[in-house]
Amino acid sequence: MLLGEMIAVALQSIRANLFRGFLTMLGIIIGVGSVITMVSLGSGAQQAIDDQIDKLGANILSISSGGMMHRGVSQQTSTLTIDDARAIAADAETVAAVVPEKSSRLQVKLGNQNENLQVVGTTPNFKDVNGYELAAGSNYTRADGAAKRRFAVAGHGVAAKFDTETEGLLGETLYMNGIAFEVVGILEPVGQVGWRNVDEQLWIPLETAQFRVFGTDTLDRINAQVAPGFTPDEAIIDLERIMRREHKILPGKNNDFGIGDPTQFFNVRAAATSIFAALLAGIASISLIVGGIGIMNIMLVTVTERTREVGIRKALGATRLNILMQFLVESLILCLLGGVVGILLGTGVSAAIAQFAGWQTIVSPQAVAIAFAFSAGVGLFFGIWPARKAANLNPIDALRYE
Amino acid sequence: MDATAIHTPARAPESAGAVESSGAVILTRGLRRQYRMGDTVINALDGVDLSIRPGEYVAIMGPSGSGKSTLMNVIGCLDSPDGGEYWLNGQLASSMNDRELARVRNREIGFVFQTFNLLQRATALHNVEVPLIYSGIARKERLARAVEAMRQVGLESRLDHQPNELSGGQRQRVAVARALVTRPSILLADEPTGNLDSTTATEILELFDELHRAGNTIVLVTHDRKVGEHAERVVRMLDGRVQSDTRNSTS
Ligand SMILES: Nc1ncnc2c1ncn2[C@@H]1O[C@H](COP(=O)(O)OP(=O)(O)OP(=O)(O)O)[C@@H](O)[C@H]1O
Ligand SMILES: [Mg+2]
Repeated sequence: MLLGEMIAVALQSIRANLFRGFLTMLGIIIGVGSVITMVSLGSGAQQAIDDQIDKLGANILSISSGGMMHRGVSQQTSTLTIDDARAIAADAETVAAVVPEKSSRLQVKLGNQNENLQVVGTTPNFKDVNGYELAAGSNYTRADGAAKRRFAVAGHGVAAKFDTETEGLLGETLYMNGIAFEVVGILEPVGQVGWRNVDEQLWIPLETAQFRVFGTDTLDRINAQVAPGFTPDEAIIDLERIMRREHKILPGKNNDFGIGDPTQFFNVRAAATSIFAALLAGIASISLIVGGIGIMNIMLVTVTERTREVGIRKALGATRLNILMQFLVESLILCLLGGVVGILLGTGVSAAIAQFAGWQTIVSPQAVAIAFAFSAGVGLFFGIWPARKAANLNPIDALRYE
Repeated sequence: MDATAIHTPARAPESAGAVESSGAVILTRGLRRQYRMGDTVINALDGVDLSIRPGEYVAIMGPSGSGKSTLMNVIGCLDSPDGGEYWLNGQLASSMNDRELARVRNREIGFVFQTFNLLQRATALHNVEVPLIYSGIARKERLARAVEAMRQVGLESRLDHQPNELSGGQRQRVAVARALVTRPSILLADEPTGNLDSTTATEILELFDELHRAGNTIVLVTHDRKVGEHAERVVRMLDGRVQSDTRNSTS
């Protein structure tokens, strides 16, 4: 009940100096608003990276030629062969599926249009291992590979490259390095996966690629899907053992291949992003502190202005605690009001950034709750000194104050 | 005329034990209040002994600077003495802590100031409500009592006026209503008519007479001899001491 009176008095006092109250709150509004915006940008960036990691397919390891870990720069002569892939498929119990790859960027022709596209020669299980879906047509089969048929599966965006309807590409003949391929299937959109735009790739049977297009029996990569119940690290040990055996590498000698976990690259990026996000939030919270000092400043002025009022209230029976609470409630209301407006502002700005800059932003309930609690904390912290100053006034001194 | 108005002159009690039995509302012994201004010390109160019984109407008079306001402030618990004892209703007010003092100001004392001291942004009614808010009285009863107090001072038609929408006399009436609303054991007024013209001053004094007849204990500071005549007892101060303490035979 007394609290009701305090809130009423505080609102009355804020209303009496509405513009000043607004200017005071502006500091908190901008502070909370920028914290919300920065945090939402940060979590948006993090979410974008998490999505990409998900798209890479869980637990796919990549063996590449050369001593490099993780997708070495293009090798002059690859030492990976289909026999390696077969050995892994046969012997590695930590691996559920093996997808060998021979790929390159090729001139691809449809009618009289030329495009430079990534062409991946691989086994048909690439689709299921990566979790791709067909939008039209069908995948090529192992039999197609064995017969070295010139079939191709196109990413969703390939048709657009040739100014064709997506479905319209089905059945068309594409010339890759002058060799005719029939488009038998078109994938659903996948989007950017790591460094590649999967939607603008073509897939052809591995054997066709090796013998008709590239004229080599080597591989660029062997992707291995870690079997359920095993960790990527266990699989890496297993793969290394089999590869060393297959390549007859003596103990003490270096590997002539590398095994990489593509998600590692993103884990580093995710860590960098989270540091960046924390930095942004930190900078933004400095403005909250500045806003808090503004509150303290105004509350000190308010206390001075209302010294007589404090004297009157004390003469009528207000305790020190009553006065303390009264001024604290006022600064709390200023801050919370500023906090609410700031949260709305921050949410709005985040939405605007998402809309116009196309960046992903996420206004999380936690960020809102923390911003709200922080502005209340600012109100308490910076309000307590002026409030104490008012509460400790001697009634007669306060009444005599001119 | 009134049974409570018949007194023997106040006598100083011999010991603290006698304090309780004296039945005085206000009892001071050797009350001191000093102001230090650089090297000089001003004895605004220089050993004041005073006893006021329930139902008395006391006027405090004396030249400017004699310590009247200082005495009122100490009695009203707005200021604390530097020495001596102050008993209010048998309780030693001079050694109370902040919370107890707040309670005493709230329940025992109704203070009327020369400068009204109303909350400027609140209505007359709300001003009268404020002491009841600090007594923790529920809204409904609070309103009823505030309206009743406003009616007692004849301002029931001005409840929603703000102080700056009232005349000086009306403001002082609001202040009196505010002082009365908690039914204090004593009403203190420091030159309540000092800021008013003579007609309005007379109205206010009639109000005090009325309140006195209704049984209230009143202590009032004044310069005006005519005002002093309204009281049944006049305490004269000089240089921080009680110079004389006389009863008016007229009332
Ligand atoms: N805050 C103060 N600081 C220093 N001296 C003070 C203070 N208040 C009062 N005094 C001094 O104490 C003495 C008594 O003052 P007080 O206000 O009690 O006089 P008063 O009898 O009420 O006078 P008046 O009739 O003019 O109102 C005066 O000498 C005054 O100068
Ligand atoms: Mg005075």
